[in-house]
Amino acid sequence: MKRTLILTSAICGLAFAAHAQDKEVNVVSWGGAYEKSQVEAYNKPFAEQTGIKVNMIAADNPATPLKAQVEAGNVTGDVFDIELSDAIRLCDEGALVEINADDLPAAPDGTAAVDDFVPGALQDCAVANIVWGTVISFDTTKFGDNPPKTAADFFDTEKFPGKRGLPKNPKRTLYLALIADGVAPDEIYDALGSDEGIERAFKKLDTIKKDVVWWEAGAQPVQLLADGEVTMTTVYNGRIFDAMVAEKKPFEVIWDGQYMDFDMFAIPKGAPHPEAAMEYLKFATATEQLANQAKWISYGPARKSSDALVGKYQDGVTDMGPHMPTKAEHLTTAVYDDPEFWADHSAELTEQFNTWLASS
Amino acid sequence: MARALDPHAAIATEATGLDAAGTLQTADGQPLSKALARSSRRARRRAFMLVLPLLLFILITFVMPIGQMLQRSVKNDGFSANMPQISAWFDANPRGSEPDEAAWAALAADLQASAEAKTIGVVGTRINYDMPGTRSLFTSAGRKVRGGIEPPYRDNILEFDEKWGDPQLWSVMREASSPYTSNFYLASVDRTRDEAGNIIQAPEQQRIYVKLFIRTFWLSLIITGTTFLLGFPIAHLLATLPLRKSNLLMILVLLPFWTSLLVRTTAWMVLLQQQGVVNDVLVWLGIIRDDQRLQMIFNQTGTIIAMTHILLPFMILPLYSVMRTINPSYVRAARSLGATSWTAFRRIYFPQTLPGLGAGALLVFILAVGYYITPALVGGSSGQLISNMIAMHMTQTLNWSMAAALAALLLGGVLILYWVYDRLVGIDNLKLG
Repeated sequence: MKRTLILTSAICGLAFAAHAQDKEVNVVSWGGAYEKSQVEAYNKPFAEQTGIKVNMIAADNPATPLKAQVEAGNVTGDVFDIELSDAIRLCDEGALVEINADDLPAAPDGTAAVDDFVPGALQDCAVANIVWGTVISFDTTKFGDNPPKTAADFFDTEKFPGKRGLPKNPKRTLYLALIADGVAPDEIYDALGSDEGIERAFKKLDTIKKDVVWWEAGAQPVQLLADGEVTMTTVYNGRIFDAMVAEKKPFEVIWDGQYMDFDMFAIPKGAPHPEAAMEYLKFATATEQLANQAKWISYGPARKSSDALVGKYQDGVTDMGPHMPTKAEHLTTAVYDDPEFWADHSAELTEQFNTWLASS
Repeated sequence: MARALDPHAAIATEATGLDAAGTLQTADGQPLSKALARSSRRARRRAFMLVLPLLLFILITFVMPIGQMLQRSVKNDGFSANMPQISAWFDANPRGSEPDEAAWAALAADLQASAEAKTIGVVGTRINYDMPGTRSLFTSAGRKVRGGIEPPYRDNILEFDEKWGDPQLWSVMREASSPYTSNFYLASVDRTRDEAGNIIQAPEQQRIYVKLFIRTFWLSLIITGTTFLLGFPIAHLLATLPLRKSNLLMILVLLPFWTSLLVRTTAWMVLLQQQGVVNDVLVWLGIIRDDQRLQMIFNQTGTIIAMTHILLPFMILPLYSVMRTINPSYVRAARSLGATSWTAFRRIYFPQTLPGLGAGALLVFILAVGYYITPALVGGSSGQLISNMIAMHMTQTLNWSMAAALAALLLGGVLILYWVYDRLVGIDNLKLG
């Protein structure tokens, strides 16, 4: 009798422990300085306010474990931070939970979420938290009084000598070649959709092919620039900001022809803590949290109402405004990501790009 | 009666004589051969139980994943599972038949059902693999038919997009209507199918995989060669030096072996890059000018140098273990009979190292063929191997069937080489230690 009592209370205890574990949420993101900004701006206040523990998990690209987990029917992550094109694609494949925009918190002045998020930031299954750019950056010590200013200068190795850093994928190289070749930002995808346009892009890339050092991970271009391996490189704007401001490196950013992309929160079907996940998503994409994130990294908040709240970097000195990819004058020549185009053509262009790379 | 501990002994001591048929019998009247078989069966079972954990482990962690991978390379039911009606129409009508209104009706019904089930993206992705640029055709048609679609289906669907009438698209859909396909293997060897289903070469700007396979095997061969050239003298030194000195040398071989692969690769980057240590020293010594710094990394050279260093211990250790057992008196005998040192090495010493060399070469080559991190970091555009393409399909394009097909071809290539090695050298001559 006594033994049964002990046993049942032990089982109750286990059940209670299991219940207590419901009070957590697993967030899969990209690691590095970006993860840190999310921990500071979202996770800490969220845990404080709701008592729900947030586990941060880093991945090279969270869309990969998301797809793997859903396909295997063994989902362990609750919220995934993924790129716009992956969000749309995985949503079409039925891997993500649909998110009703009306459930999202309104702006402090009462503007509904639907009107407050920047265009494209709300998708059927995902909500953007940041807008980020791929930009050109150069080492100011290398060019003296006549620094490069435009995307075209990136391809001019005579006037601006030295190696160039470029990512080893078609998505963030072909557009730059076209911009430098004089194609208008809003005509990029028309050009990439035609054989002549693609040929034109590769022809432009041919002119610097022997001078390119190819990078794959976001940390590499900053390192290449710091080592002096390259004098100019394309780079994610938050990473280069970190090097310029936090590490005080002599780098400068060229905003001409920046490539804009969203990072979005999505919840996979079969997530272990769906309610907590939704709660986290709502909390993180509220005006104040999005504005707070800009204290830690120079990525633009996806809500218009957050812009006014963006102030200084955590050092208390640097103004974040001029470093934001969303700043009005940085947007004049920006190329926006087109997820539909890349969902259709990514495979084909990647193969073509690799063939071009492999041919000498 | 006390039984002997060994069951075989027990049978022998208990055997009493011959039965009517003339066979040996045990004490309890059983035929001896049967008792023997039973007892040896028991011993075999016990031995089997001992290896069972390992067998299960290998099955679960090695054979099953490889089997699943191989299956994925030929099976992709993204289209057939979600578009059952049009798949049935393809089954009923032979290749070459013009799609009739029944086909269009089946297509419309499938599109609608798939769009409502939110699987239209899977369908589009599957077709997009074989015919780039068609994914949005499916997803946008899916959005339009969600609320229902009226006959005539052909005209209404063509109204969405002219592309639906493309015979190439129908040919690709026919291919995809079976869950099993060879298309991923065809793509892995730069082939594709035309409208009539004939196998043709892929367009020139997309022929990459054959080139990369050749490069992978060629670079692996070079790396095997360089590890042999560098490793052979060191292994010889290790085997012939007095123990105290050879131990010290052994540590120098093993220390990098125990260091993380990533650390060693990054160290090579620091050494070899244009603003790196080696170039700095060369410039300082005045051997090259500051604007002539050598490009030693982010190309094939970088891949060969870094991988040679990383794989060197896999060549040295088997060679060393074989060389240590070679009796030095053979070479002395050859010399005393008048052989030059070169002849003695060539005809007496070297042939005896072959088992170690074979093991080392096979190890290095197979490891090199599948290498991924090092070429990804130091390979640049010309030092990429096929494994980097596999990784790209796994993590970026998420086309796992393609990755599986490439991996299966790589596995096949390695198995063929293993077989050739067995025929030429003999696998019994392999000696790892």
